[in-house]
Amino acid sequence: MKENNKIKKEPLIKLSRRADIDRKHSWTYRALAIVAALIVDAIIIMAIVHMNPFDIYGTMIAGAFGTSRKVWITLKELSLLLLISIALTPAYKMKFWNLGGEGQVLMGAWATALCMLYLGDKLPGALLILVMFVAAVLVGAIWAMIPAIFKAKWGTNETLFTLMMNYVAIQLIAYFIIKWEVPKGSGHVGIINQSTQAGWLPYIGANSYPLIVGLVILVTVGMHIYLKYSKHGYEISVVGESQRTATYVGISVDRVIIRTLFLSGAICGFAGWLMVSGSDHTITTTISGGMGFTGIMVSWLAQFNVIVMILCSLLIVFMGQGAGEIATSFGLNQAFGDILTGIIIFFIIGVEFFINYKVHIRKSSGKEEA
Amino acid sequence: MKKVLSLVLALTMVFAFTLTFTGCGGSDDEGNSDSGMKAGFICLHDENSTYDKNFIDAANAACEELGVEAIVKTNIPEGQECYDAAAELVDAGCGIIFADSFGHEDYMIQAAKEFPDVQFCHSTGTKAHTEGLDNYHNAFASIYQGRYLAGVAAGLKLNEMIDKGDITADQAKMGYVGAYTYAEVVSGYTSFFLGARSVCPSATMEVTFTGSWYDETLEKEGANKLINDGCVLLSQHADSMGAPTACENAGVPDVSYNGSTVEACPETFIVSSRIDWVPYYEYCINAVQNGEAIDTDWTGDLETGSVVLTDINENVAAEGTADKIAEVEAGLKDGSIQVFDCSTFTVDGKAVTEYMADVDTDPDYKGDTNVIEDGAFMESKFRSAPYFDLQIDGIELLDTAF
Repeated sequence: MKENNKIKKEPLIKLSRRADIDRKHSWTYRALAIVAALIVDAIIIMAIVHMNPFDIYGTMIAGAFGTSRKVWITLKELSLLLLISIALTPAYKMKFWNLGGEGQVLMGAWATALCMLYLGDKLPGALLILVMFVAAVLVGAIWAMIPAIFKAKWGTNETLFTLMMNYVAIQLIAYFIIKWEVPKGSGHVGIINQSTQAGWLPYIGANSYPLIVGLVILVTVGMHIYLKYSKHGYEISVVGESQRTATYVGISVDRVIIRTLFLSGAICGFAGWLMVSGSDHTITTTISGGMGFTGIMVSWLAQFNVIVMILCSLLIVFMGQGAGEIATSFGLNQAFGDILTGIIIFFIIGVEFFINYKVHIRKSSGKEEA
Repeated sequence: MKKVLSLVLALTMVFAFTLTFTGCGGSDDEGNSDSGMKAGFICLHDENSTYDKNFIDAANAACEELGVEAIVKTNIPEGQECYDAAAELVDAGCGIIFADSFGHEDYMIQAAKEFPDVQFCHSTGTKAHTEGLDNYHNAFASIYQGRYLAGVAAGLKLNEMIDKGDITADQAKMGYVGAYTYAEVVSGYTSFFLGARSVCPSATMEVTFTGSWYDETLEKEGANKLINDGCVLLSQHADSMGAPTACENAGVPDVSYNGSTVEACPETFIVSSRIDWVPYYEYCINAVQNGEAIDTDWTGDLETGSVVLTDINENVAAEGTADKIAEVEAGLKDGSIQVFDCSTFTVDGKAVTEYMADVDTDPDYKGDTNVIEDGAFMESKFRSAPYFDLQIDGIELLDTAF
């Protein structure tokens, strides 16, 4: 009898890859997914905290864009997340699984703080900032190149290697915090050069946020051109499609891997430099706030499209700022905001699946779920 | 495709604006302020942390009492986010802003410099007296007195165990889970230990550090390590339920901090000391309302009601604990008992007659003020935040990595 079943019955659910999906349909699905997510969020809001979901959504928008200061904070956070996503993207296009963004950012931040502490009173302002920049970019690049060289020369697993490098970086910084902490034993370095502001990026208005945003726009445009129109960008896509093809057409795969990771790490180091010199003016193990990991998600969600990455980063930063605001306004725990964010991201990732695959359910032939 | 996209974007924006307006309408009736004044509060964690809960409860209580609207921002890290939060609170119209964590200090100073018309008050900080800003203030409470009293309760419990024959006098070893190795924590565990030894002379103590103010797993592991090491009673200076829970699971009596943990730990909780921030908050808010200056360094004590003990858990505490605590408290109030009386402790086997403490914070950690007066270490006299950082005999530090 069992054998009978096997022969006659098809599986309950069958998946097939969609051959052709036009962009119009895929964007409609994505919009529908967000609407569906907002409806589910609304149900959860009403069921758990018995509040008007429109109040909650409105407060979240006010939290991210309510005042010009909030707009700048949101833009700064958006820029930093976008920058890290952009840094990781060339490696992913090449199918090199760089999970080490967090560590590369942290090492860039570390190099920046090191220069601020030890050279703060020795170099003139502009030169100091330049030295900090070069140090951060180089250290970030080296941190990314170590696993790249191992991969290119000895074929080590880059997923594990880059991931582990994050923890090495965190521990290294924890060590230096104990060296630099004020007062001894307090576990924090505090604002570096608070009285002299040596090594701080110049203020435009009340802070350096506009400068950060401007610099990130430059890098974003540069990366878009690099990936789309340069020979390097083309080599990256060929290596990503097939290393054999690349070898066959005379591209040195090892060289492309190492060169691309150097670029990846350098931009991550640049992000670390912005965080320390432009924003926080201190060093902690959590200074990047996990953006090195969140950036991975942004890059993949956007399928390496720089423009879509802006939208994805905006969504994530917006939800984060909004979650903080509803915690303040309604006394709801921050975790509640995280739940709402999680549901939205779940739907967005989910819809990508339905965009790429058709679902066939037995006995309802021809009908598809999207 | 572009059409669809622009349609979606347009709809989203319309949606957004409608929401913003309905949102504003909703939040207007939130505040119950009579005076129209607003006070902002910046907290490192949220109410899941016993330390932050203690602040948040005080903030709400003080503001309700004075008819002031409280705006509480939780989960604000010790970084630029603290400055941003302070600036946003200024934007929201707060006349006074409080922050609760040691690492917030530099960012509060930065905000204080930028907004001279707003008062900034930072609990546990050390820099106000050297910073020279009119609108930046530090505050702390003489919590070492509270810890000393809690230590007395612990010592009485040790005596009870010895009398019952559960342990010998030599086994009266306590354990302490600390966060970091700097003065605030050192002052806390030393006063607790001295309180216990004042009634149980054979008491010793082991201290372990977690390197974090809030890490439930590490605190639990630290507590278990101490229990396995033979500690028969625990206390802590870290903010999660880690240590109290470990004690309840192992059946080891616990002196908690920041508030009662009797609900979660009915079989092991003895008593807890905590700082009550309501008197300070009321003092500051009143000062702003009356246009008066706020002290640069404010130290609350038993008299101001800033240092308090929770209810004693009679199921666990030794008999006569309440009476003994009342007696010692009276002694602390009239000055006949000094917590850091130099005749009650030694450092490397020698009595301390002079000590230069690091009162003015700087990167060199150099001592700058002699804090021994009339045979006692004068804690919280030269600035509000603790500066007692001597390693006294009888206390063993298991690890000092942080």
